[in-house]
Amino acid sequence: MSWEQIIFYLFAALAVIFAFLTVTRRNAVHAALCLIFCFFFIAGTFVVLNAELLAAVQVLVYAGGVVGLMLYVIMLVRGEDASQVKQALGQKIIAAFISVLLVIQIGSIVYLSFAGKATGRLAQEMARYGNTESIGTLLYTKYIFPFEVASVLLLAAMVGAIVLAKNKLER
Amino acid sequence: MVPLTHVIIFSFIIFAIGMFGALSRRNVFIVLMGIELMLNAVNIALVGFSSYLSNVAGQIFAIFVITVAAGEAAVGLAIVVAIFRNRFTVNIDSFNLLKW
Amino acid sequence: MIKYAWLIPVFPLIGFTINGLFGFKYIKNRAHYIAVTALGLSWLFSTLVFIDVLHGKTAEIVLFDWVVTPDIQAKVAFYIDQLSALMLMVVTTLSFWIHVYSIGYMGHDPGYPRYFTYLNMFVFFMLILVMGSSYPLLFVGWEGVGLCSYLLIGFWYERESAWKAGMKAFITNRVGDACFILGMFIIWYHLGSLDFKVVFEKAHHLDPAVVTIATLLLFGGATGKSAQIPLYVWLPDAMEGPTPVSALIHAATMVTAGVYMVARSNVLYNMAPLSLEVVAVIGCLTAFFAGTIGTAQFDLKRVLAYSTVSQLGYMFLGCGVGAYTAGVFHLMTHAFFKGLLFLAAGSVMHAMSDVLDMRLMGNLKKYMPITATTFIIGALALAGIPPFAGFWSKDEILHHTFTTGHYFLWFLGTLTAGITAYYTFRAVFMTFFGKERIPEEIKHHLHESPKVMTIPLIILSVGAATVGFFGLKAHGETSYFAQFLAPVIHAAHEHGAHAAHHEAAVPASVLIALSVAVGLTGILIAYIVHLKRLIDPDEWVKKLWFIHKVLYRKYYVDEIYFALFIYRVLDLAYIFWRFDQWVIDGIVNGAALLTRFLAWVTRVCTEPFVVDGAVNGASYVVDLSARVLRRLQTGVVSNYMLFIAAGLLGLITIYVFGRLF
Repeated sequence: MSWEQIIFYLFAALAVIFAFLTVTRRNAVHAALCLIFCFFFIAGTFVVLNAELLAAVQVLVYAGGVVGLMLYVIMLVRGEDASQVKQALGQKIIAAFISVLLVIQIGSIVYLSFAGKATGRLAQEMARYGNTESIGTLLYTKYIFPFEVASVLLLAAMVGAIVLAKNKLER
Repeated sequence: MVPLTHVIIFSFIIFAIGMFGALSRRNVFIVLMGIELMLNAVNIALVGFSSYLSNVAGQIFAIFVITVAAGEAAVGLAIVVAIFRNRFTVNIDSFNLLKW
Repeated sequence: MIKYAWLIPVFPLIGFTINGLFGFKYIKNRAHYIAVTALGLSWLFSTLVFIDVLHGKTAEIVLFDWVVTPDIQAKVAFYIDQLSALMLMVVTTLSFWIHVYSIGYMGHDPGYPRYFTYLNMFVFFMLILVMGSSYPLLFVGWEGVGLCSYLLIGFWYERESAWKAGMKAFITNRVGDACFILGMFIIWYHLGSLDFKVVFEKAHHLDPAVVTIATLLLFGGATGKSAQIPLYVWLPDAMEGPTPVSALIHAATMVTAGVYMVARSNVLYNMAPLSLEVVAVIGCLTAFFAGTIGTAQFDLKRVLAYSTVSQLGYMFLGCGVGAYTAGVFHLMTHAFFKGLLFLAAGSVMHAMSDVLDMRLMGNLKKYMPITATTFIIGALALAGIPPFAGFWSKDEILHHTFTTGHYFLWFLGTLTAGITAYYTFRAVFMTFFGKERIPEEIKHHLHESPKVMTIPLIILSVGAATVGFFGLKAHGETSYFAQFLAPVIHAAHEHGAHAAHHEAAVPASVLIALSVAVGLTGILIAYIVHLKRLIDPDEWVKKLWFIHKVLYRKYYVDEIYFALFIYRVLDLAYIFWRFDQWVIDGIVNGAALLTRFLAWVTRVCTEPFVVDGAVNGASYVVDLSARVLRRLQTGVVSNYMLFIAAGLLGLITIYVFGRLF
């Protein structure tokens, strides 16, 4: 087993554990903290898979931005103690059942389709240019139109969020 | 080198956990976190295939997914704030207006 | 510069978008700043591109993929060569000055921003039409200008005659467009592509019969758009629109699209002598018929409209005898002098409070000297008097008609030239000279138009006077103009042989002298009859009342079309209505009677036992299932999410089992 593989499996296992902790915490703040850890470890696996830029973006946007935003909102709406909410057992069992079946089925498909194929061929090509440079070049040339559309989408989301969250009484 | 199957299965485990969280929890924040996990699972699959096919396009799509996820989180949280202002709760069971 | 040619249509598109979105509410009477600036930039870029083309550059600019299927690949690409560069110059120059003119003409109209929106949209589509590198893209422009034409003819939609004229134009064009589409399909079916380059390269593989049918169908489209027999009826009615629109769309640019298309497809037409013959004959007949109708009209704009139809006929005559260059040359000169004539007519209309009846004018030169002068320059060009533009191009067409052996068509064409000169100067004399017949209430506010209208008139009159000189012979036989277009226009071989043969028989100078003489005769007749009144026209109208009536009613073509087609369609509709009333309603009523009878039987016999039992049973089942099913509709978001996930799981399960077994 190479170092890369060891790091991947370690980070993947930690990411799965923290993901599971995220969805099982009662307290939303604890869940958010677990989510940050989970995202960190996913970013770690990205590095092994030759996606350094994406790893950095993952940490900055998710861990820094999205979860940070969630924590703010959690603090903002502390009207009732969310941790007291009881869980419906029936729905929980069905959800678990569906999730497990999904993993088994997808796993079997993937295993039938891609068995014996290894990742990492990107590495040699990347070495010449560097991950960030090649992504940046593509993003500003071939994918310039989707890129601009994405920026418009973000603008729309921003405007929408402000409109939704604005207190109507202030108008 | 990491086998592609393991990357994809890792991605789907995260996806399933995210889905489980989104489906089973009643705290709307944890539902949103579950959705974020599901989107991240997609990113893992994209990065894995990108590395396997030695094509950077997958990573670019992952960046777009992150963009969408950020927008989704912003709007979703704004909706939570708006609903909280009206109903004073973040329990997803109180979001039951779809019946009408 | 040529690689930025795609910007040319973008400017009017931007202008259209801005004025269309914000014009009505915010821009209002400032719409022309945007519209005219956009056109100015377009004109600037066209000029730069044209200079590049003059230096021998051509280009194909691929913008993006349009349709990508295994069978059809279409790109949105612009093709800049000598022909399209020339059309670009004509379109943008005319459009720019007509936009400027419109500032004055439409000044007080409540629909001002709407007007400029449509006008910019029109220019955009016209540019697409002339720049498009394939038949489908040409067709997009073709339909687009048709739409704009419809919108602008019916611009004053409160007037019944205006919206009716708009509908007439639109529906008449549909007939032609159907032909055009069929023609495109035939080419595509046999060549698998509609790109100009590919089609023209592969054209020699085609069966001559196929080419003949395809080109005839394409020409069918051109008869609609370019107002030829039998589909010309819409153009005179199109004069209901604002006058600058008539100048731009219905004289200078859109109606010449058919000529452009034929000239562009010259490779195909050269392969189909029969089609060329049809084009020539139809063109010549249209020229003659429309010219004769023009002599009996009293509405100034209608005279010009019929003259446009007639001149378009000349262009097709030129194309039809294989002299595409001459046809396109006439297109260019005609755009200038007919645009000018319409604008001058608009200026008259502006001053006369929208009165267009020439019997109520006379001696207007005293009141509007600039309009009168420019109108006369345009009229001289239209009448084919040297050295004005129309002379060069019309003479070129007639010359080619003669040298290719179409003597009858030449005779008819020359006769039409005389008729043209006559009705043009009849209009000039009735409008600007002679006795004043202006009603008093209009007279006291007669005035020359503002500068914003007269300057375009002056510019266009300079054009109408001078663009003909491009037709001067450069070296030996070919003119500068023909040399410029030579890379695009491939002369028909057999016609070329004819030309050499007949050249010696009659020298060109005789033909030129003859056509000038005919033109001058026409003017002389108009002078004698309508200015000096040595022969009283009214008396002659009484004597020849039959001919006059036929001409005045435009050969009753509208009436014939109404009788043959429109009323027949209405009859068909009536028959269907009756069919509906008697047969269908009869069946329905019969069924109802039967039903009533059965109902009576049922009520007595089966109702109490079978039906009631079934109804109650059904309601019981529904009630039971509803009790179960309503638990599903909780209204709780997370339950719905669960259903979605279960659906996803189901789909994947189906897929997995499909893969496994």
